[in-house]
Amino acid sequence: MGKLLRYLKPYWLYVLLAPLFMVLEVYMDLQQPNYMADIVDIGIANGDINYVFGKLLAMLGIAFIGMIGGIGNCYTSSVAAIGFGTDIRSAAFRKIQTFSFSNLDRFQTSSLITRLTNDITQLQNVVTMSLAMMIRSPLLCLGSVVMIIRISPSLASVLLIAVPLTIIGTLFFIKKGFPLFRKVQSKIDRVNNIMRENLAGVRLVKAFVRKDFEENRFKTANEGLQDIAIKAGRLMSLGMSLLMLITNLATVAVLWMGGIKVQSGSLEIGNLIAFINYLARIMMSLIMVTFVFTSFSRGKVSADRILEVLTEQPDLADPVRPPQYDAKQEPQITRGEVVFDNVTFSYSPEGEPVLKNISFTAHAGETVAILGETGSGKTSLVSLIPRLYDPQEGRIIIDGVDVRDYTLHNLRKDIGMVLQTSLLFSGTILDNLRWGDPEADLEKAIEAASIAQAHGFITQTPDGYETDLSQGGVNLSGGQKQRLSIARALIKNPKILILDDSTSAVDMATELKIQNALKNRPNKCTTFIIAQRISSVMDADKIIVLHQGRIVGIGTHKELLESTPLYRDIYHSQIGKELSLSV
Amino acid sequence: MSKDKSSRQVPADQGSNQVNHNQTRTAASQTRGMGGRGRGRGPYGHPVGPMVKPENLGKTLVRIGSYLKQDIPHLIMVVITILVNTACTLAGPLVIGSTIDRYIITGDFYGLVWASITLIAIYGVNSLSTYVQGSLMASISQKTVTRMRKDLFTKYQTLSLKFFDNHTHGELMSRLTNDIDTVSMVLSFGLTQFISGLITIIGTIVLMLAKSLILTLIVLAIVPLMILITRLITKHTGKLFIEQQKTLGELNGKIEETISGQRVVKLFCREEQVIHEFEESNQLLKKTALKAQVLSRIMGPTMNMLNNLGFAFVAGIGGLLALKGTTGTVTIGTISVFLNYSRQFTRPINELANQFNMVLSAAAGAERVFQVLDHDPEPADAPDAIDIREKGVKGYVEFDNVSFAYDDENLVLKDFSLKVKPGQTVALVGPTGAGKTTVINLLTRFYDVKEGSICIDGVDIRRIKRNSLRSSLGIVLQDTYLFNASVRENIRYGRLTATDEEVEQAAKTANAHGFITRLPQGYDTILTDDGGNLSHGQRQLLAIARAVLADPAILILDEATSSVDTRTEVYIQKAMLNLMKGRTSFVIAHRLSTIRDADLIAVINDGRLIEKGTHKELLSKKGFYYNLYQSQFVRTQQIQEENTETEAAL
Repeated sequence: MGKLLRYLKPYWLYVLLAPLFMVLEVYMDLQQPNYMADIVDIGIANGDINYVFGKLLAMLGIAFIGMIGGIGNCYTSSVAAIGFGTDIRSAAFRKIQTFSFSNLDRFQTSSLITRLTNDITQLQNVVTMSLAMMIRSPLLCLGSVVMIIRISPSLASVLLIAVPLTIIGTLFFIKKGFPLFRKVQSKIDRVNNIMRENLAGVRLVKAFVRKDFEENRFKTANEGLQDIAIKAGRLMSLGMSLLMLITNLATVAVLWMGGIKVQSGSLEIGNLIAFINYLARIMMSLIMVTFVFTSFSRGKVSADRILEVLTEQPDLADPVRPPQYDAKQEPQITRGEVVFDNVTFSYSPEGEPVLKNISFTAHAGETVAILGETGSGKTSLVSLIPRLYDPQEGRIIIDGVDVRDYTLHNLRKDIGMVLQTSLLFSGTILDNLRWGDPEADLEKAIEAASIAQAHGFITQTPDGYETDLSQGGVNLSGGQKQRLSIARALIKNPKILILDDSTSAVDMATELKIQNALKNRPNKCTTFIIAQRISSVMDADKIIVLHQGRIVGIGTHKELLESTPLYRDIYHSQIGKELSLSV
Repeated sequence: MSKDKSSRQVPADQGSNQVNHNQTRTAASQTRGMGGRGRGRGPYGHPVGPMVKPENLGKTLVRIGSYLKQDIPHLIMVVITILVNTACTLAGPLVIGSTIDRYIITGDFYGLVWASITLIAIYGVNSLSTYVQGSLMASISQKTVTRMRKDLFTKYQTLSLKFFDNHTHGELMSRLTNDIDTVSMVLSFGLTQFISGLITIIGTIVLMLAKSLILTLIVLAIVPLMILITRLITKHTGKLFIEQQKTLGELNGKIEETISGQRVVKLFCREEQVIHEFEESNQLLKKTALKAQVLSRIMGPTMNMLNNLGFAFVAGIGGLLALKGTTGTVTIGTISVFLNYSRQFTRPINELANQFNMVLSAAAGAERVFQVLDHDPEPADAPDAIDIREKGVKGYVEFDNVSFAYDDENLVLKDFSLKVKPGQTVALVGPTGAGKTTVINLLTRFYDVKEGSICIDGVDIRRIKRNSLRSSLGIVLQDTYLFNASVRENIRYGRLTATDEEVEQAAKTANAHGFITRLPQGYDTILTDDGGNLSHGQRQLLAIARAVLADPAILILDEATSSVDTRTEVYIQKAMLNLMKGRTSFVIAHRLSTIRDADLIAVINDGRLIEKGTHKELLSKKGFYYNLYQSQFVRTQQIQEENTETEAAL
């Protein structure tokens, strides 16, 4: 947690002022009984109306000063905490922007989102609390202890029993309670999970007539939650009532011991009352402090999770250039020739390689199709071209330059890659297409959309290219999203285009149209196609057949039919004759 | 009033000489909130700022009350414990005060002993009643929300598919998580605090009035001031919280979208741009959150100040009154009691306002739950509905002039008629949106026809018990849904009574056995995230295995368009063939081989059945199917020709 404290640095003044304001408030609060005592002891005792009146005014003044302290603390602690939260959120977000794909693989998307939202809010709460309540309670506690020792050190000895009892009691219940609350939480998760499954799988549940089965499942989880929650509630109220009892008994003890002292004349009655009053404050703040401490443990979990993000090392970086390096000399992709030179790659250093000794050349303007079973390494292979990952061995060379010698920006700006899952962003269709080229005008967008066979359905949407896509483009069909993704990549005018199974949800006729349009495009580019349907790849200049990370065949359709048995298998299976299959 | 120095009394602030158990409890509930149950609260731990008011508070409360009905005896006990509890809370200071006046000052040792014993008794009863009340309430509230959750879940099970198509999962989940949770919070803490607060206030006023009218008025004078300031602040904070909530929602939405699409961001080099957009929202949130937070937190010190103000006025004016000593109505003891009560009095007032807000938002939540509960379920089976399985389902299916619309206007299926003989395989073919899926939705009675009828073995499906109908149908959907359970359990979903051997046998028939045994824990591998660790094809094989296990008379297959690698595809096709053997099968087909091998091809376009027949018949017709075939499969045709050539050459 300490490492995150540096994000408080810009707000050091506020961090410093917050406790000071709090001291002011608490000090003023603690003065009230004193003034009161004066009113009674001196004012009333002496019958001095002016004195009483003066003290009354002073008390009003103190109340106001106290409030100023309180408000000051509110303001300064809020500025510090919110600023802290905002800055950390910003730092984490920026950090994530530098992540490579393998960094992203390591964290999961949902976990990254939780870290950026819930965890940071949690942490912000802890900071607010530290700067407000965490200071107030101990201050109040200490101040009160000082006061009662001043009144009667011997009577204060009651604290020696009451305070440890309170702390031990509180800690005991926290220790007992926390695992219980965690259990409650996991039971809640279970209940929610079953509910979520039933919502998402509603068709299935209905189709298989599993109402009773599901209701039983839910009942078990639901009642499990109920039992443990009742248990937790009981424990909590037991804790509360016992702590109450300890404090109240301490009061009785003081009243008893103090009463005897008063009777023997060694203590004044007014001081006894003040003592009782301060005692209650001490016990109250003790309980508060312990409870607040426990929220730290949760804060710590959040802090650790955020730190993981902040300290993650992006494992891909731009090439290191000598200081006098001329930015104009940065290599650019010019033609789009791609050479794989004996590339071996695995996602983790110790893992089994998913690509082994891959070598081939894709000439500028060629269409290269990659075929193979799931897990044969097709996606991995194309991911290496825009340097989403770095291979362990071998090199990928584009236009004679190792991809690691391009800046990531220069490399990726000329590579259009369409991923397996199409992701669109909120905004209009045009906004989404402009991801490829922020300057693109409508004409250019239409051109790209036409090639991707998206123009037709776009014009049928209510506002055409200005149609607002709800988040993630959920109001489009899978095929439509894929076609928009293709258009988005095309608008980049890439030198190298990679289609990673990106027409899977498009019907065959449309897919064919897309391929023809791509072929007849004026500015032809090197194109890599991963496809499942053999018919989609037959026309390619080069077909690479992958099997378990190795190239088992490379060539044109005709060549491969003769040379590569696997290709023949695939081919036959898809064309439907199922000639040489033995399943 | 004695002016003897030795009897000077300092009526110090006894305001908190009892542990303020309500505060402690609030702290507990907060800690609890932070322990992970933060739902239903604002992002900064405040109760959610924007107030959502229920539409009909009275009615909703009565209905929540109906959930509490079976707990009436317990509730009566709770009220009794609250009364005892409050009485103890009020009695404590009185006894302390009188002990000081009557025994300590007078030096009555035995009196002191008795007073101490009385106090211990009072505090003991106080703690005991707190415990009993807390335990009872925990059990009452938990049982109530458990009932609500159960009702909600059961209701969801009976609702029609239309309902689920019209609401997002998030929305429906939130009924369970946010709404019921708020109700639970209010029931466990709010209710008792509300009642005890009310009693405390009334009791305090009565006791104060008995002591001194003038001082009572002074204490009461603070109240309107408090309410005024609270109102003033909450009026603004309400708006600010709404704004903060909105900004936060936007920011979180942006974060979620960006991080989910992070790979695309990288591919398009958009890092700078998204950071820029993020920072805009982030800074805006900083601004709005600061305003909302500072203003709402100012409430604390302000209330504290008002308390101190009351304290000062009671002390000062009480002092002046005591000095005047006109009637001796105000003694130092009285001042002490008032100082004590003034604090005990203002706190519940603050709390009441708070609790009231909580009750409102809980009622609003409950109302949303009730809305779901009141939703019309799938229409009940007709009274004369029959169990189709009794006689054994042959599998004769007839669509007779079926028309259907999801809404009231656009017919998605028009005069659709089709007869299918037992054991036949029907391929439904047509462009996207033609109405193929609708045919399936009607056959399964996910939706009911608008016009016409569908008969199975000559019986209108509306006269067949829904459960028996669906049990006779085996459905393999395109999007296979997998539960967070083992592979075995997922397959067993097809028939819950199936033995492990039967499950494995089904997996073998479905060609899934091979890949399952290669999973880390084989059949016991737990599938997470809706089977996220499986490929599309593997998921489909599991769905087929499920259907194999179910052994239905009629089969409905939605062939996946999504990518499946070639090997798996062969597996799937074989598995499907195995499954279709001897059953009437409806296939929404995308693969040429499936279509060609079908006994009957039904070509649907724009909601109408435009052609039907076998592959050969339809081709010779040179109609829509022919064109579809030409455009989609002509290449395959070419390949086949080449294929024969190559084979010949080989």
